[in-house]
Amino acid sequence: MSQTLTTPSAANGNVSAATAKAAAKVASSEEGPQSLTLAKAINTALVDAMHEDEAVIVFGEDVGTLGGVFRITDGLTKSFGDQRCFDTPLAESGIVGMAVGMAMNGMRPVVEMQFDAFAYPAFEQIVSHVAKMHNRTKGAVKLPMVIRIPYAGGIGGVEHHCDSSEAYYAHTAGLKVYAPATVADGYRMLREAIDSDDPVIFLEPKKLYWSKDLVDLQELREQHADNTRAGTSGEGRAAVARAGTDATLIAYGPSVPTALAAAAAAAEEGRSLEVIDVRSIVPFDDETVQASVRKTGRAVVIAEAHGFASVASEIVARVQEGCFHHLAAPIRRVTGFDVPYPAPKLEHYYLPGVDRILDAVDDLQWEDQP
Amino acid sequence: MTISANHEAPDEAPAMPGDGALAESLLKFGISVEDYMLPARHQIQMVTPDGVLVPLGEQGTQPGHEYPLPDDSELLAAYEQLVIGRRVNDQNSALVRQGRMAVYPSSHGQEACQVAAALCIADGDWMFPTYRDSVAIMARGIDPVQVMTLFRGDWHGGYNPHERNVGIQSTPLTTQLLHGVGVAHAAKLRGEKTVVLAMCGDGATSEGDFHEALNFAAVFKLPVIFFVQNNKYAISVPLAQQSAAPSLAHKAVGYGMPGERVDGNDLVALLAVLGRAVKLAREGSGPLLVEAHTYRMQAHTNADDATRYREDSEVAEWQAKDPLTRMKTYLTGKGVLSSEDETRIAGRAEAVAAQLRQGLGEDVTVDPQDLFRHVFSSPTPQLEKQSAMLADELAREEAAQ
Repeated sequence: MSQTLTTPSAANGNVSAATAKAAAKVASSEEGPQSLTLAKAINTALVDAMHEDEAVIVFGEDVGTLGGVFRITDGLTKSFGDQRCFDTPLAESGIVGMAVGMAMNGMRPVVEMQFDAFAYPAFEQIVSHVAKMHNRTKGAVKLPMVIRIPYAGGIGGVEHHCDSSEAYYAHTAGLKVYAPATVADGYRMLREAIDSDDPVIFLEPKKLYWSKDLVDLQELREQHADNTRAGTSGEGRAAVARAGTDATLIAYGPSVPTALAAAAAAAEEGRSLEVIDVRSIVPFDDETVQASVRKTGRAVVIAEAHGFASVASEIVARVQEGCFHHLAAPIRRVTGFDVPYPAPKLEHYYLPGVDRILDAVDDLQWEDQP
Repeated sequence: MTISANHEAPDEAPAMPGDGALAESLLKFGISVEDYMLPARHQIQMVTPDGVLVPLGEQGTQPGHEYPLPDDSELLAAYEQLVIGRRVNDQNSALVRQGRMAVYPSSHGQEACQVAAALCIADGDWMFPTYRDSVAIMARGIDPVQVMTLFRGDWHGGYNPHERNVGIQSTPLTTQLLHGVGVAHAAKLRGEKTVVLAMCGDGATSEGDFHEALNFAAVFKLPVIFFVQNNKYAISVPLAQQSAAPSLAHKAVGYGMPGERVDGNDLVALLAVLGRAVKLAREGSGPLLVEAHTYRMQAHTNADDATRYREDSEVAEWQAKDPLTRMKTYLTGKGVLSSEDETRIAGRAEAVAAQLRQGLGEDVTVDPQDLFRHVFSSPTPQLEKQSAMLADELAREEAAQ
């Protein structure tokens, strides 16, 4: 699936010495925009962060010699040694709990949960400690750690290999939850997550790992260096993935390309849909989302997760509370059904697709003018 | 764990258990892997409940592998902390009865473990305590009133963990052991010689994180002492319903680390065994497990009724093994503890009790805006909105009064 979303940057400036050095090694192959997968963008973010800061360490199951089951940590052990990227025993609570201690003691661990549905043994550590440590200690203990989770469906995975678990994390006060949807954001948002002094749950849409886009890595690095220098970042900001005027599709992570495909199809039928890429579920960018809905007057929220008690429901509630008088129709949700994640051969019935999104758009009471 | 005082620990821990390197390196000790890792046949006891020094051959160790007796000044300083610890426990229980604290899980009867835990590690080392380890945290040097903030109920923690390298008291069981493992791992990666003392109780050894913490520490060869206070009960459930292991110390060998059992009401033995464990860990032995046999003399908390699950006769039996009277008799008989010392120490204990009474007797003013201040490093727009909503609500309430 190809990506169309790139955020142009006007940023220019000097790259930090370490980044420049890291970049120089591969400069010949990285000049100007190049076709890159999301997996490679995330991998590059890890490489750059590890070059810049010795406190950044990576560990998890099979992330060392193998480079991870999705190859996201490919080459890290070779480049940085087995002290900075290493395999752990097979125990998710151990991985996250150890990361808490390391973060308490000067490190910035980036740990990998092998699959979304394998992360649940770590749930107590995440909910009871990762999310609460900063609050309990009134900020005396910061936990600058990232929990990377290959996330959501669409890959025909067998049981426990596909889950949309964002609501558990988003519901837990004290966690930031990022869900990148584009190749550029894979790089950009992971750098932001690693830079964050707060713990971040980083949800990587596995069906998009091998999607490609033209990105200018050098430009992304310069942007990051500029943001670091200026103390600014795009953290917590949603993006307009496609501009439109008639209705707003709100999506995140794996649902963004689906929403974009739906918008493209709608355009052929003469309907102009705006697509908002939420990017960061926590913090949530009410401003960008609501500005779009105020403009269009209609909205559909799209997510793979079950609709009941979901992030999609939260978005609907927030938009309704903030934009009531601008709405021409009730906000619709297109989500997964309220069933356990289905087997591969049933998956396509479950996942929100273009047709289901277009049906929801058709239902937005077009006969009534806002 | 049977390690001769006359032998140094191996410079480098073996690469992997079972690959022969372990057995080879242990040749340095002149004993088998089994003798190294399995606990001694009996708990280590150096002073009897009557306060008499146990003869060298009868302390529980194998011949030639005795623990050295801590020196007199160390024992006297430890006794002072013991007396303070008991006073703190009794004062806190009284403050709960007076409604000054929501709850207090007392370590009455376990003070020797509490004191030894605090004294066996160096300033740069770390301690990871549970909710019942308040006395150990105070003995480590944290302000007593700050420690009690958790139980007073105005915040879920009252001290800065970085001030004295003490993890925030953990209520979820054994989760903090993994934090200790992480602290030790980070230090090791930087080449620092930091030792971590990670504490839990007997019931907690049933938790999954106990297993994961011990296994991680052993695999990464980290200098962590897992200190298990076996006080015989997990609220109401006796140890026999938690574990069928020969002893909790025996669990260590399954992870490839040495385990030892010690009389947890014998402060002398605790200082000797934990002192040795810390020394070995610092020298690169990898993790060790020390199980202390003690007894929770009081109920789980003030909200618990211990008469529902244990006999008075059992409590009386342990009363006779009290760590304070034992140490007092021993040190007095040894000529280390004078009546002047006793007066001075009692005065110190009373001063700490007074500090607690004063600090917890004051009515605390809570700031409702604290709810929002520390959720993240800087508040999200949503939290800012909620903070403003609460401020407005309170302002209107005030205006209406």
